Amino acid sequence: MVSPILELTNINKSFGHVHANKDINLTINKGTIHGIIGENGAGKSTLMSIVFGLYQANSGEIKINGKETKLRSPKDSIVNGIGMVHQHFMLVENFTVLENIILGFEGETVFGAKLEKAKADLKKLCETYNFNIDLDATISDLSVGFRQRVEILKSLYRGAEILILDEPTGVLTPQEVDELFKILRSLKEEGKTIVLITHKLIEIMDLTSQVSVMRQGEMVGHTKTEETNKEKLAEMMVGRSVLLRVDKSEAKKGEVVFKVNDLSVKDDLDVIRVKNINLEIRSGEILGIAGVTGNGQTELLEALSGIRKVESGSIELFNKKISDKQNYLNPKMLKEKGLAHVPEDRQRMGLISDFKAYENLIFGYHDQEPFSKSSILKHKEIHEHSYKVMKEYDVRPNSPNLITSNFSGGNQQKIILSRELNENPKVLLVGQPTRGVDIGAIEFIHQRLIDMRDKGAAILLASVELDEVLSLSDRIIVMFDGKIVGEKDNKNVTDRELGLLMAGVTE
Amino acid sequence: MEFLSDIASLINSTLRISTPLVFAAMAGIFAERSGVIDFSLEGKMLMAAFVAAVGSYYLGNPWLGLLLAMLACVSLSMLHGFASVTHRGDQVVSCVAINILIIGLTTALAAAWFGQAGLTPTLTGDQRFLEINLPFAQALSDIPIIGIIYSDILSGHYIFVYLAYLSVPIVYWVVFKTSFGLRVRAVGENPSAVDTAGINVFAMRYKALAINGVLIAFAGAHLSTAVNANFFREMSAGRGYLALAAMIFGKWHPKTALIACLLFGFTDALQIRLQGVELPVVGEIPVQLIQAIPYILTVVLLAGFVGKAIAPNAIGQPYIKER
Repeated sequence: MVSPILELTNINKSFGHVHANKDINLTINKGTIHGIIGENGAGKSTLMSIVFGLYQANSGEIKINGKETKLRSPKDSIVNGIGMVHQHFMLVENFTVLENIILGFEGETVFGAKLEKAKADLKKLCETYNFNIDLDATISDLSVGFRQRVEILKSLYRGAEILILDEPTGVLTPQEVDELFKILRSLKEEGKTIVLITHKLIEIMDLTSQVSVMRQGEMVGHTKTEETNKEKLAEMMVGRSVLLRVDKSEAKKGEVVFKVNDLSVKDDLDVIRVKNINLEIRSGEILGIAGVTGNGQTELLEALSGIRKVESGSIELFNKKISDKQNYLNPKMLKEKGLAHVPEDRQRMGLISDFKAYENLIFGYHDQEPFSKSSILKHKEIHEHSYKVMKEYDVRPNSPNLITSNFSGGNQQKIILSRELNENPKVLLVGQPTRGVDIGAIEFIHQRLIDMRDKGAAILLASVELDEVLSLSDRIIVMFDGKIVGEKDNKNVTDRELGLLMAGVTE
Repeated sequence: MEFLSDIASLINSTLRISTPLVFAAMAGIFAERSGVIDFSLEGKMLMAAFVAAVGSYYLGNPWLGLLLAMLACVSLSMLHGFASVTHRGDQVVSCVAINILIIGLTTALAAAWFGQAGLTPTLTGDQRFLEINLPFAQALSDIPIIGIIYSDILSGHYIFVYLAYLSVPIVYWVVFKTSFGLRVRAVGENPSAVDTAGINVFAMRYKALAINGVLIAFAGAHLSTAVNANFFREMSAGRGYLALAAMIFGKWHPKTALIACLLFGFTDALQIRLQGVELPVVGEIPVQLIQAIPYILTVVLLAGFVGKAIAPNAIGQPYIKER
């Protein structure tokens, strides 16, 4: 017998002029795994934040177990059996697992008896779901996968019957994803209701029994998962049909243009993060770097692009040594030699978010003709250029005078890409090109990278999205703990194989 | 024996001189652990000194003066909270504004009420706190060692000295052993985690600031109604900043902050002791150099010896619920 545990009727929510949720209706049945899918910015997280009491809806009605309920704060939601695992974990990093879980639910003023009881209860919960968490461990010592379990445990301890997970797999290795799915299935067995927010179609197909699709703040459809497929869902999400695989021809490889010999790099804390790496890239090919975040990809890209000092080893461009420990070229010199860099973290390194789009569109090239002459910026030329490339790269809205932070993630990324690709670089270093970017823009960005490759550029692509590495690269290397633990040809490799390498398992 | 009594008197003054620093550092710990920078310890200490002196003078009771000082400091803390917690203003700017405001306000009010720029009338008799002689201090003073420790070092301080050192274990206990302390620390590290746990982030920060106001009031009252018998212009003399440095040096932890306060107190006691004294080899050290010792020490410690002081993660960042 299916009975609705959560019913939303005509939910509306606006932030300023942005109508994030428009007349949303949603019914979630008890004991099911219900997927909510949509592009970034479609309003999924906003909707669930309303259910969790973090935001208040401007209008609409929420029923829990058939009873109308006002959720004014997370406390109201928690009391009503709603738990949420946020995309960015809500954990205090220097607290222990136990402290994080009891926070707000201590039950006593001075720690004592209740703390002991909480410990015992949590141990029991851990056993039930096979969590294997040390309650006294400090969060900062735990891997991302374990932190997520702590979040789930926290919700369960607080009595969650409905568990909302917001993009839970974004930061996990394929193995960790499997573990998570196992946990979610066993929670369902225990009669819990799970709401899974994601933009990954494969997860919806794998796990859910019901799926609701959101687009631009509206609910565009509900369906049983078994009655749909990936292509149909993608079409609903984007509002038109999309290519899920990148269309690309065989790579026409040329000369080795970029070479890295025995490279080691330290991070800001003086820890060696890149360990004796060797690699070479030929013109006309894309070399993909797969790996879980934090295994040295960031430092590698920074060293190759001249931002970070080389500790030992050397880098060669067109068979000429450009950097080693003593001598190195800075990013500006590298640009002049035909090397472009799309940084991993667009907010921090790629853009100045408070500046206008046209300023970001020429940064790094602003002292060259036609953008300036004798150190004076030429605004007319800059604006003409900006309109032109923003149109070419489909940056919306096409207004160079808009402050960059007002563009969506995908459009910000297109701004960077148009800047870096405009000069037709011979070597292109790309980090996380589609992080936080919606499907439509992902398709566009991928196509641009393939176009660059076909024009003969040598491209190094580092991404934590395995699908992305798989669909774009011609060759794939896997980084783990600062080392290359494997190199595979794209034609004969499975994501399972890569997943094992990413977790550091080498046979 | 003279050497021993020199040491005893040095320790005695260290305890006394460190007292306002200890209160201020403990006050700072509450504010900053909750994620609110408190650069305004200096201004609040000055305000407390002024209000306590004026209150005691008119009401004839230093305890009532202390109470008024607490009210004044809590109000200032609330003002800081209103600007920087509720309205997300820059926390340092809000503090600097408070510091500047208080310097001017106390001087002007003293001039208006008592006709002397920056001076309040001298407190006499019951208007002031008196030194407390511990029981049997006189009788025990002749016993070697114990006598010195008990009678010369521990006895004969103002009540605030005892309260300051008592406040350290209490602050430690509240911050680390109670659910309130857990929430204060959490809100300074990751306010989103606190919000999603169903706790009001803003209320937590205001509560921490209120405690901050109460604690800093003791420091000011100590200056104007105990060790001195009136308020004078800028009498806090940088102690608020010194306490802030001690708190950072102590890594926002009551125990280590206490040690830092004692170290600063000791160098200050030492510089007073060294003034005019002929040292072997170097001779007499210029007074200005000696007086600079605590500050030089602060710079050296903060720059070199502390290692990386890890501040509460969310310090200085206003919490924005919806974006």
